[in-house]
Formats: sequence, C-alpha cells, structure tokens
Amino acid sequence: MKSTKDIAELLDEPACEHNKKEKSGCAKPKPGASAGGCAFDGAQIALLPIADVAHIVHGPIACAGSSWDNRGTRSSGADLYRIGMTTDLTEQDVVMGRSEKRLFHAIKQAIETYSPPAVFIYNTCVPALVGDDINAVCKSAQERWGVPVVPIDSAGFYGTKNLGNRIAGDAMVKHVIGTRDPDPLPQISAHSGIKVHDVNLVGEYNIAGEFWHVLPLFDELGLRILCTLSGDARFREVQTMHKAEVNMMVCSKAMLNVARKLEQQYGIPWFEGSYYGITDTSQALRNFARVLNDPDLTERTEALILREETRIRKELEPWKARLKGKRVLLFTGGVKSWSVISALQDLGMVVVATGTKKSTEEDKARIRELMGEDTVMIEDGSPKALLKIVHDYKADILIAGGRNMYTALKAKVPFLDINQEREFGYEGYQGMLELVRQLALTIESPVWEAVRAPAPWKKKASSRVRNSLPDLLPEVANG
Amino acid sequence: MADILKRNKALSVNPLKASQPVGGSLATLGFNRAMPMLHGSQGCTAFAKVFFVRHFREPIPLQSTAMDQGSSVMGADENVREGIRTIAEKSNPALITILTTGLAETQGCDVQRNVREFREANPEFANIAVVGVNTPDFTGSVETGFAVTLTEIIRAVVPDAKDAGTYPGKRKRQVNVLVNYMLTPGDLEALRDIFDQFQLRPVFVPDLSDSLDGCLTDGDFSPVTIGGTSMSEMATLGDALATVVIGPSLAKAAEVLEKKTGVPTYALDHLYGLKANDELMCALTQISGREVPERIERQRSQLQDAMLDTHFMLGQLRIAIAADADLLNAFVDLVQEMGAEVVAAVTSCNVPLLAGIPVDSIKIGDLEDMELIGKVNKVQLVIGNSHAVDTAQRLGAPILRAGFPLYDIIGGYQKTWIGYRGTRQTLFDLANLVINYSHEEIPVYHSVYGQKPASELAGLTDHAPSCH
Repeated sequence: MKSTKDIAELLDEPACEHNKKEKSGCAKPKPGASAGGCAFDGAQIALLPIADVAHIVHGPIACAGSSWDNRGTRSSGADLYRIGMTTDLTEQDVVMGRSEKRLFHAIKQAIETYSPPAVFIYNTCVPALVGDDINAVCKSAQERWGVPVVPIDSAGFYGTKNLGNRIAGDAMVKHVIGTRDPDPLPQISAHSGIKVHDVNLVGEYNIAGEFWHVLPLFDELGLRILCTLSGDARFREVQTMHKAEVNMMVCSKAMLNVARKLEQQYGIPWFEGSYYGITDTSQALRNFARVLNDPDLTERTEALILREETRIRKELEPWKARLKGKRVLLFTGGVKSWSVISALQDLGMVVVATGTKKSTEEDKARIRELMGEDTVMIEDGSPKALLKIVHDYKADILIAGGRNMYTALKAKVPFLDINQEREFGYEGYQGMLELVRQLALTIESPVWEAVRAPAPWKKKASSRVRNSLPDLLPEVANG
Repeated sequence: MADILKRNKALSVNPLKASQPVGGSLATLGFNRAMPMLHGSQGCTAFAKVFFVRHFREPIPLQSTAMDQGSSVMGADENVREGIRTIAEKSNPALITILTTGLAETQGCDVQRNVREFREANPEFANIAVVGVNTPDFTGSVETGFAVTLTEIIRAVVPDAKDAGTYPGKRKRQVNVLVNYMLTPGDLEALRDIFDQFQLRPVFVPDLSDSLDGCLTDGDFSPVTIGGTSMSEMATLGDALATVVIGPSLAKAAEVLEKKTGVPTYALDHLYGLKANDELMCALTQISGREVPERIERQRSQLQDAMLDTHFMLGQLRIAIAADADLLNAFVDLVQEMGAEVVAAVTSCNVPLLAGIPVDSIKIGDLEDMELIGKVNKVQLVIGNSHAVDTAQRLGAPILRAGFPLYDIIGGYQKTWIGYRGTRQTLFDLANLVINYSHEEIPVYHSVYGQKPASELAGLTDHAPSCH
C-alpha cells in the first residue's frame, strides 16, 4: 500500500501554478453524495491505450469485471489491451494470504499465453489493504521471465481519478521511460530534405481514433512522435520518451507530473495545448515550431496552418450558419473544460456555463480568459443541478460525459457525449466537421418536439375541459 | 449430472463474471423510490453505474460510502451512517440498501450494526427501509448478489403474518412473483399479461419493468428509482393466494417469504421453452382455478409450429453458452428441447444448481475458457453477453446476445424471452443466426474432363466457401 506520504507527494505538483491552494479536484468525497471514479479508474484510463501490453488488474472481480473492454480508445494494430485480465481474487486468496502467489502465477500465464513486450499490474483496494507487496512480486516476476513487469499501485481508496492519472504517469517515469533509445529515422525521411524533430504527446488517448485526424500533419511537418502517452502507443514507444526535444501536454493537467519530471531529469521543455477546435490546433502546431526554434519548421508550419484553416473554414461555413448563437452547457468533469470551449467558440456558439469540479486552478484561469470573469463555473455536478442550469440559462444542448447522457435525455434536453466512451472523434481540423455534424444532428433533430408535446388526446381533453365542456353535454344528450 | 470443472488458472482472461454488488444493485433498482449504496471506494460505484447505464441506457441511481485512505485503514462506520443520512435527507427514498464490497469486507465492516446505529441516532427516518447486505466481490456473482439482496430485503420489510394479521388468500387475485436477474423488463411485461389472462394480479418482487423499462416521464429528474415494487405492496405479500418463484437462485428468498407469510410457493426454474411454460400454465391453472385461456393455447401451438420450422437449423447444432447458473440452466433446457447440443458450458461461480444441469461438464471460468473449449468442440453458435462478441468472432461462430451486460445493441434490456411467444421469437432468432452459416457445405468438385469454359476455372483456388 502507498503510504500517506507517497500520496501527499503525488498530490503536490509544483508545476501546477496554484499548487498551494486547495485543489478542488482533490476535495474529500462525501458519503452518500459522491460521483466519479477512483484512483484505479484513473490509472487504468491513463495506461490502457498502450495497446501491446498485458494489463492485469490485481483484485477481486468488481474492479475489472465491470470495466474491461470499456474504452473508446483505438489502436492501429496491436489489440492485447482489449483482452480483460484480472487475478479475480477469491475469499480464500484474501483470507489465506494467497493473493501474491496468484499474482505471480497470473503474470506467468499472461506471458506464456500472449508473449507481451511488458506486463502492467494495477493494484486495487483489497490487495492494498491486506498488504500485498506488488513491487516485490513484479520485480521477481521480471527477473524470472525476463519481461518487464511494471507495478502501478493504484488502489481506489487512495483518491480520485485525477490522482490515478498521476500514479500512472509516475509509474511510467519510474519504470519505463528511458529504458530504450529510439529507432533510427526511417530511410524515407532522408529524402525529404527537412530536419526531423522528435516530440511526445502526454495525455492524448486517441478516442475513436481522433488523433489520426492530426497525425498526418505531424508527418508533413517532419515531427516524429516518439510516443503519445497513451493513445495508440506501444511499450517500446513509451520507453523512448526521454529522447524527445519537446513534450506537449494535451488538454489536461492530470499527467503534468510526467512532463515536469521529464523536464527535471532530461531537460525536455514542455507546453500545454489541445487539438479541439481550429484555433487550438493551429496554436499547438505553432508552439512546436516555437519551442523547437527551427525557422524552416516555423515557415512550413505557418503555410500548413493557412492551407488547413482556409480549407476547413470553407467546409464549416454552411454548418456555422446552423449552429451560430446556440447556447451550450459544457460539463466535462474538468479534463477538457477549456479546450472544448475554444472549439465551440470557433463555431460561433455561446458557452453559458462550464463544469470545473475536477479542473485545476490553472484550468479555471484559462476558462476565465476564454469566457470572461463572469462565467458560470459549475462545481456541483449532480443531475439536478445540471438540469437547473440548463433551464436557467436556456441552454440548447448539454455537452458532457456519457454518464450524464440519460440525465439529459430523460429531461428531453439535446446531448453530446464528450468523454472517453464516445464513438466519434473531434480532434484536429477535420474533427471539427464531425463535431458540427453531431451537434446539428441532435440540436436540429425532430424528436425533441415529438417527445416534448403531450399526446394529442391529452391536448384535446384539456382544451375541452377548459372551453367546450358545456357544449359537449347537449351533444351527448342528443346522441 | 454435470462434471464441475473448477478454476485451474491464476489469471482470469476476458471475465464473464460481474460482481455481487452489481447484482445487489440490480435487485434494489426494482423497488420504488430506492437507492442502492455500495460500501466501498468511489470507483466501486462508478464502475457499477457505467455498467448499468450502458446496459439499460437509463440514468441509474447508485451511491457510494466513498471510503478513502483514512477510513479504509481506521474504520468506515461513520461513512456508512453519514451516507445513509445524506441519502435520507436529500432524496426522500423509501428503501436504501447498503451493499458491501470486497474493500469494506476485508477491512472488517459490520453494516448491520451500522444500520442499527443509524436507526437509534435518527428516529426521524424510521419510515425509510434501510437494509444492509454482505455482497463482497471476492465471492459469488451477479446472480448470488441479486439473490442475497432480495432475501435480505424480504426479511427486513415483509411483516410476519402473526404480527401484521395477514393471511394467504385475503387478496383473492394477488400472486407474488419473485423473479431472478434474468427476467428483463420486457419479460415481466409479457408475464404480467399472462397472469392477467388468468384473472390474477401479479406483484413482481422486484419489478424492473416498472423502474428500468425506458419509460419517458413528465418529471425532469429523480435521484431515486421512479417505479418498481413499492414498500406498501411488500407489506401485502402475506395476503396473496400464492407465491411463484422463478429461478433456482431465489430458493432462499422464497423460503424466507413463505416462512414469514405462510403463502404457498410454486417454484419454477425458468420460463424458456415449451416445457417450462407448460409448467407455468399448470401452476396458474391451479392457483386461479381457471382453464388455460384460448389465446394462450393458440400461442402454444404457434410455438409448436415454430419448433417444427426451426428444428432443421437447430438440431445437432453445437452451442457454447457462457452465463450465470440460472440463465445457463434455462438456455440448456431451451436448446436441448430443440435437439441442439451444448458442447461448451461456462459459468462464473459454483452453485448447487450446476451439478444437476444435464450437460457433460460445466467449466467455472471466463470467456477464454469458453473460447478454448469451443475451439476443441467446434462450436457453431455462441450464447453470451456483449463481452463474448469478440470471442464468438474468433471462433467463427454467430452469437446470440443474452445476459449482462448488453452494451453493443439497442434495446437488449427489453427483449422478451419468456412465454410461448418469447420462446418462439428466440427460436426464430437462433435459427436466423445459423441459417446462412454453411460450415459443412460440400466443396465444389471440378472434373478433370469437364467442358466448363476456361474463364470459370481461373482463380479457383482463391475461392474459399463463404460463410454468408
């Protein structure tokens, strides 16, 4: 089990501007009135997209049984990450202290069946509480079978999802990054005559394959992505992250500790950005050129941005007319709160309020910058509170995570899913087209009228009662 | 009759099992104005919630005692009491269940004591039923979690006949129907219809058809369930003519109910297939004293006709089934009635029922086990939940989706499986899945002396027989 000191250290993130202030994301949950995942949830989300690794959940069935094969992340090849693996601890294991042994054999089984390049072990509440030493088990398993076995000590009770993200990042820095040098550049890049730079993305999950909207632009600019942590990543890519010239933190602060530690240990500069929206996508590309300080790259980047923006703005024109002025309530649970705002503003939509329950202080500062000081920030994400804001601010649509989808639909409010379980990719210039299509699809749908209007006989009945009940009586008498 | 093959590997791969707290939550969600609260860390609840939301496509009331590092080590009694109090204050529920997780049980919780302490400290909430249930996820499955939670709810809220003055038959048309996890909201609607035709009024316990049937209401949002068996109905169970129990896993719940009320029990294993539904009709004939209505007889002969039509596709079909015991048992009966062979039977945990299921062996295991056994035994059709879709694909066999969870189809939660009509549709679905799978098609033979045009012979070797 992690000590209180270990957890406090993870919660203390010096690279976060407002670290000294109490972080809203780390507030103590209230029994009987809490929502949101746990540290294990966060760790699993952060690393599961590493597609060729055997991900073993060490615990009784609830942790893996309800959550495996539940991610929207896509792989371009390897698919071992979609095989659910758990030690499925039994009462006997727990009572008799046999869980470490089971874990050891489970690692063996995974290696023998699937020959993965590495095994990740996620520790959960029960083995953490009974005191399994997963570090030791991983170490001896690694020595025994010669395959890297990485402990990710992420018991749910340690804290929130956000903490889980950090635990995951920390494990990568400690055990994986820096264990291999990148492959030599492929032959093809020698012919192009441009200087290739190595970069990393941290916190990009390739939901629904959306990063593939952006990846061709990197190729065109001569930016080699050593690794995206962790969308469509492979173990051998994560190993080489220390050799990048720059890191980009995508969308969120959750794995900020990775960027900070890579800066401390390897001197890699980092910046933050997002690929949601035209403005942010262009800004992210510009930032690469700026930090890499390559005038030729800067020139090519500007040319590419001009070309892409012109193209996409033209394609978006007919959609913008349809969406302009529509009012949005954005409740993303924090991760993408500011990055999506810019995407929506690009479309001329009005963001009336945004959720900040899990946002860091810095995220909030950025939201104020984008939306003005008076912006409504929602801390209470209960369904009741959300619906009240939808009504009070006359929102045309709620954009939130899948968990809130049915809250909105039951209240007959248009909805767009923005979190990791979604089926559609919105990143990059091209992703905007999908975003507008999905927005228009729900906002303009004829079903809203159909479900909001009362049944025709109810309408008639009530008007009869009001207006023409006396007239009816003689009719009945005559009939 | 069946050999039970116990788990013999350390790692569970592609788990079939879902946890006891998930089953306990499901049972609770079938009561009106109810709120299940999992006693564990926040993630326990978050995962279970996503599980149900994806299956039912409905908002799901589910709370957490939110154990953190401190309470996990030092004790979480106050979390339980505070959690109950908070729900009672905020949501005006009629029923709260506290379902323990592996974390809470490992730590050594005593939720029954916590409930008593809450009662003593908060007499103002005496009208709210609060039931603590031990449902750790290191033992059992959805099935056992559902059953034990239902048992404890009955124990807590159904009054003893001698205290409440209830007696069997006081309500001349009422029949209590205890239903296990495998009956969908669609099944319950169909079952209600059957009871109606016998002039009987069923009280389903629990009643997911009233709470998770996808009904759109005028109200915006409710923090608790908006339908299901009400607590006031639970108080009348002792006045019923009879109790019909569906599912062997509910034997204990039925026993407790009968002991409390004296209402006689009619136990049925399931309602899949001709024979099972004949048993239901016989029971209803006895209870109501009426003959089987003509409409039902008609449906029965429609099913018989469908059995004739589909036996060509289903006879000798080699089927793999992965499901919790009650559901496994039901499907085995259904497909064996059609002459199909169950060549791979996998279930999540060991229960007494398994030994009596008429197949050679049953593996306690996961979907990887089904895949391995299925491969050896050349499975032609798979029956399992949405997780088994990839497995079926690797086996090259079509899949009939059944059980929990069903997240990759729309309306799975609502499908009607039971009754003569539901069975007929299931047979059609099964037959349609295999009708175009011609695994054993005779390979084309080209005579060396044949006079077919040369163009037909070109590229012959590339043409594998199509599966569709």
